[in-house]
Amino acid sequence: MIGDTTIAAVGRGTLFAWRELGGITILTGKVLRALVPPRLDGPELLRNMYRMGNRSLPIIALTAFFVGGIMVIQAGVLVKQLNAAGLVGWGAGYAIFREVGPMLIALMFSGRVGSNNTAELATMTVTEQLDGLRALAIDPIPYLVVPRVIAMTVCLLCLVILGNLIALYGGAFFAMLLLDLEFSTLYYSLVDNISWLDFVHGAVKAAAFGSAIAMTSCYFGVSVRGGAVGVGKAVNAAVVAAAISIVTLDFLLTAVLP
Amino acid sequence: MDQATNTSAAISVQDVNVGFDGTQVLRALSLSLDTGGRLGILGPAAGGKSVLLKLLVGLVAPKTGTVQILGTDISKGNEKTLMRVRRDVGMLFQNYALFDFMTVGENVAFPLARLGETEDDEIAERVAARLKAVGLAGSADKMPSELSGGMKKRVGIARATIARPALLLYDEPTAGLDPVTTSKMYELIAADQAETGCTVVAVSSDVGALTGFASELALVHEGAIRYRGPSDAIAESEDALVRQFVSGADEGPL
Repeated sequence: MIGDTTIAAVGRGTLFAWRELGGITILTGKVLRALVPPRLDGPELLRNMYRMGNRSLPIIALTAFFVGGIMVIQAGVLVKQLNAAGLVGWGAGYAIFREVGPMLIALMFSGRVGSNNTAELATMTVTEQLDGLRALAIDPIPYLVVPRVIAMTVCLLCLVILGNLIALYGGAFFAMLLLDLEFSTLYYSLVDNISWLDFVHGAVKAAAFGSAIAMTSCYFGVSVRGGAVGVGKAVNAAVVAAAISIVTLDFLLTAVLP
Repeated sequence: MDQATNTSAAISVQDVNVGFDGTQVLRALSLSLDTGGRLGILGPAAGGKSVLLKLLVGLVAPKTGTVQILGTDISKGNEKTLMRVRRDVGMLFQNYALFDFMTVGENVAFPLARLGETEDDEIAERVAARLKAVGLAGSADKMPSELSGGMKKRVGIARATIARPALLLYDEPTAGLDPVTTSKMYELIAADQAETGCTVVAVSSDVGALTGFASELALVHEGAIRYRGPSDAIAESEDALVRQFVSGADEGPL
């Protein structure tokens, strides 16, 4: 039997989720409004792109290389059983471009960049730095949030494209090492079977994931309440919300996109 | 629509109520200050002093009542009006609110740089002069995290004053400073005011220093003004609460 406390807990959770979703929607509206006509700080955009994109490159490259290897090792058993070496390149490429690359790199990006972004904005909020900007007649949305949203969206798109290529090289490396496959077999299996739509499918997902990570991380950063405890809670909420957003968007885009 | 008036009051607050999460912070508070005036705001902790200061720069919106700053009604919360008024207001925050991703020099230069009306060379000269005035010459390249609380406070004062705004709001300008530096800071604020003719409001718990600095005092308690008058008359107030706060006596209504 469901008790009153359970119903109350479900009610509280539902209200919390709707309130946060409403807050993210309002912030998204403000960001879009700030983009027409564009009102953003160029140096702040470049600073964010450098620290969010450039500095994420080594960890993304390392992860992608081994993800490619994992794909090949998992496929290796079936490849040998079915004598289907000609499908390894296509299988790895298809999965990496459409699903594994965008999803894993986005989750990695959320953990590294999204959480850092929330912590930074939340700290600025609780130490009155956002109020300081407002008092100096600077709107924090175009000055702080918009450059971060653009930087995170563009950087994740670029990192996914680059990460996919590295994952393919990682897959090829381990296929040659562990399955004794020729590079040419893998190459032609990939280029003969992969369509540009597979690439676009992953790129659209990457841009959507980047926007979702940006909006959730910025929202929880600027809406934080309380001191250091509030900052910790905001980072936690942002990482959870970003992961849920990524999985939900992945499902929707997989269903909708060709 | 803006409600510009011809009044000589730099600040005119009428019957303002402010509350958060069901808690009333300011209660039917009214306050005015003439252009060029110097007002000190005193009061026990959590009495609404900082909220009152934030109200004056539009960071807090009133539930009811009107707030006119430099002749413009900002109580409607119109963003464009707020931005325009804030260009003429400088504020020192209780927790400094220095931008931790900028150097000290960039922080101080920020109010001038964002206006885009001053040449870079002049900005650099004025930053150096302001930092020297607050006793922080040679600190321009440091990051705020490298400074002590008192030094951050002085950087905040330099940033608040560099654009020579018409209204300056100081929230605890001397908290964390030693008595000598406190005296120097109030001398600096007074000298700046004499030079620019700006209006100054300073919130502080330091009764002695504020009494010496401000010509007029207001004591805020539980969101209402309990005393408003000359600094030299506050000790003789008819209100026992005011007298106790100023004297620091153990016995009394506080």
